[in-house]
Amino acid sequence: MKKYFTDIAKAVWTVLIGMKITLGHLFVPAVTIQYPDVKLKLPERARNRLFVNMDDCIGCLQCEMACPVNCITIETMKSLPTDDLGTTSTGMKKKLWVTRFDIDIAKCCYCGLCVYPCPTECIKMTEVYEFSEFERNNLLYNYVTLTQPEIDVIKTKIASSEKEQATKKAAEAQAKQTPAPPAPPRPGKDDKKGGAQKT
Amino acid sequence: MTEILANPLLTSTGRQLRREEVIVNVGPQHPATHGVLRLEAVLDGEIVVDVIPHIGYLHRCFEKHAESMTNYQQVVPYVDRMDYCAAMNMDFGYVLAVEKLLGITVPERVEYIRVIMAELQRIASHLIAAGTYGLDIGAWTPFLYMFRERERILDLFEMTCGARLLYNYMWVGGVSHDLPPGFVDKAKDFCSYFRPKVKEYNDLLSFNDIFVRRTANVGVLPAKTAIAYGCSGPVLRGSGVNFDIRRDDPYSVYNRFEWEPQIGRGERGTTGDCWDRYMVRIREMEQSINIVEQALNQIPGGNVSSAIPKRIRPNPGDVYVRTESARGELGFYIVSDGSGSPYRVKGRSPCFSNLSVIPEISRGCMVADLIAIAGSLDIVLGEVDR
Amino acid sequence: MEQFLRNIFDNDFFVYGIIGIIPLVWIIPYALFVIYLERKVSAHMQDRLGPMRTGGWHGWSQTIADMLKLLQKEDIVPAAADKKLHKIAPFVIFIGSYAAYAVIPFSSQYVGSNISLGLLYVIAISSLAVVGILMAGWASNNKWSLLGAMRAVAQIVSYEIPTILSILVVVMIAGSLNLQDINEMQSGWFWNWFIFKNFPFVFIAFIIYFIASLAETNRTPFDIPEAESELVAGYITEYSGMKFAMFMLSEFVNMFAVSAIAATIFFGGWNSPFGEFLSGPLWGVFWFLSKGMVFVFVQMWLRWTLPRLRVDQLMYVSWKVLTPWAFGCIIGVGLWMVL
Repeated sequence: MKKYFTDIAKAVWTVLIGMKITLGHLFVPAVTIQYPDVKLKLPERARNRLFVNMDDCIGCLQCEMACPVNCITIETMKSLPTDDLGTTSTGMKKKLWVTRFDIDIAKCCYCGLCVYPCPTECIKMTEVYEFSEFERNNLLYNYVTLTQPEIDVIKTKIASSEKEQATKKAAEAQAKQTPAPPAPPRPGKDDKKGGAQKT
Repeated sequence: MTEILANPLLTSTGRQLRREEVIVNVGPQHPATHGVLRLEAVLDGEIVVDVIPHIGYLHRCFEKHAESMTNYQQVVPYVDRMDYCAAMNMDFGYVLAVEKLLGITVPERVEYIRVIMAELQRIASHLIAAGTYGLDIGAWTPFLYMFRERERILDLFEMTCGARLLYNYMWVGGVSHDLPPGFVDKAKDFCSYFRPKVKEYNDLLSFNDIFVRRTANVGVLPAKTAIAYGCSGPVLRGSGVNFDIRRDDPYSVYNRFEWEPQIGRGERGTTGDCWDRYMVRIREMEQSINIVEQALNQIPGGNVSSAIPKRIRPNPGDVYVRTESARGELGFYIVSDGSGSPYRVKGRSPCFSNLSVIPEISRGCMVADLIAIAGSLDIVLGEVDR
Repeated sequence: MEQFLRNIFDNDFFVYGIIGIIPLVWIIPYALFVIYLERKVSAHMQDRLGPMRTGGWHGWSQTIADMLKLLQKEDIVPAAADKKLHKIAPFVIFIGSYAAYAVIPFSSQYVGSNISLGLLYVIAISSLAVVGILMAGWASNNKWSLLGAMRAVAQIVSYEIPTILSILVVVMIAGSLNLQDINEMQSGWFWNWFIFKNFPFVFIAFIIYFIASLAETNRTPFDIPEAESELVAGYITEYSGMKFAMFMLSEFVNMFAVSAIAATIFFGGWNSPFGEFLSGPLWGVFWFLSKGMVFVFVQMWLRWTLPRLRVDQLMYVSWKVLTPWAFGCIIGVGLWMVL
């Protein structure tokens, strides 16, 4: 019998305490911020959309291998010794043409594993987080700065240089089979040339 | 997964229904099952006669993916996504396992940072658990108060590693970033800010008579049953079993702090009821704040990346390491065949074993109690299904 | 009011038609306002802001936007549902709630129908909502809806007993069932209000009436029929568009109806608390509406504070707590009046 009355008293008392708390919160300022009129500043280490600075990319494929979800696709082409691709901002001379650098940002899991292995620090996570698109295909980001005609030019140059190399090799192979007559020894001049060539 | 019942009078386990019984599906789309979980409940009016949980709706082949990764480091983002509410704890468990396989030790500073992050994540995870439990019972407001606190913790995490939910922070051999300047002060501010909030939650929800009546003496899990089913974490401790891996099988630097594992004592009902499990979580939050404060005071200086190996190529062998995640005993069994990528990674998920106890404890309760029980077990389906 | 209208029109139909529609003049703006108020009150209690953008200043036209949206929504009726019942269920519930306004006096000059059985009529007609709820739950052809509907019926029917008993306390003091008479008896300063008579019995009767009325209107902590986290909206799960709007409307109409009755029989209705100061027919409307709104606010406050009771606990509260205490109050008041 006594328990009946104490139960009721306890119930009423705890309800009143709860009501006091919620009433108190009516006068506490809200913690909501009015996005998109007010945007919070993200900390400097924030990990959001990826950005690639193609001037610094040397085509080492480290980020492609580090990605756990395989969202980066890179294709490179070897450059000829005569081409000048420039240097990266860290002083490295670029040797590969990067003809394709796609990041499927819809697949990206924003883990940041691609950022650490990059030797020139050209791939970074920026603080951009408002990049929704209406078309899913627009989420496939292409970062290469070479246009398609330029890529075609490079392709044909490489193809032609390979052809040249191939014909040269064939000619050398043929030359080995038919021995050339021995040339008469010439004094001095050749040695100097040889020395100059070595340096 | 989805069985087509040829005979509507049979449950999916082949039990014949009596005339007054009805099968009702709680889920997979339901506001109260925390994730995609289907509970096939056999009801006699309001009384639950039998409950059969069906899982697998969130299976994402994490363990198979881990086998195809090129190195052990790449598995960490996948491990994050297992229990997305307590991602730091998942990271912690996995990297401890790989480090044991490699046989390396990490610098002291790294150990302290890891403990701080894991405990803060434990608080955040318990805030979700308690808040959504209040929602299930019908109390709308404590959920929002708890999420307001959780925002502060997520701000701390964002300051450190850049992400708010899925961190990829703990790496094999260290952590990805050192603590930023100002972290220690901000974290101490948070600790002093948070303590009075726990009192507010207790006033508003935990000791509220209606809440106590809804959860006390409901879903009583006897200690022997809990151990038999392999339950762990707050579910096990709520039944009165004083077992906490951080104290009984210590890893990292947990043995340097003074704190108490909390157990349920049946203060408002029977030992092992839903209120006990809920209260264990609330009290564990206070203990985690103690650990964080002690760690912040004791943290040494040093370089956090000195032990990160360039190539992770363990010797062939296997290892099982268990840690105390927010939801229980999280184990990782890793088999290595000597190459750079794992041969097999198995995650022992605590929620899987905790969930299996639902049929046992909910026979004879009412539908509303079923929801209360499912909420008190604190299930995250990402972990159950991996 | 009736005389005033008879002077304008001679036709009975017009006179009574207008009298019947006048509460709608209050109800429609009230519904638009109170849904917005509920969202704002709940938001500020939870440290957030609520609607802020629709219409510019603090989102004041949010409800209007919601109304327009619901009007143009597709009306989905489940294929295997009982279509006739499905269609009329929301309207039956609305009728049950709105018909109570016929006898509630808004001011000294206006009462829809000055019958001598005012209180009895109110209790009887608000039970019509039970029929509507059962229709809604059954016609949805959904096990969850049926479960919710049956729980709702059990709840409403059992909470009518404490309601009636606490109203009986007031009837004993007033000696009349006519609401306008009860109001006139409480004229004067606020200590003439019935809640302060025969203290503490009428006060306890008021508390009992208030708790029981929370259960009548399916508000937390008694919102088991529409418990969102268990039954996904209970008996209104299968409703969309305007029918859903009708359910929401009838819930808020019912809320104000019970608050109005509480204000009328316990707190003096349209009487000003300061006696003759600030009193008159139009002031009466103001006092009456503000007292009603105070109780609506208290109902909202309770909703956002308390968890919900389980069905058997609900029944326990009704039969074993509220009913005995209500009987106790009746005996107390009876003895007080005799001795």
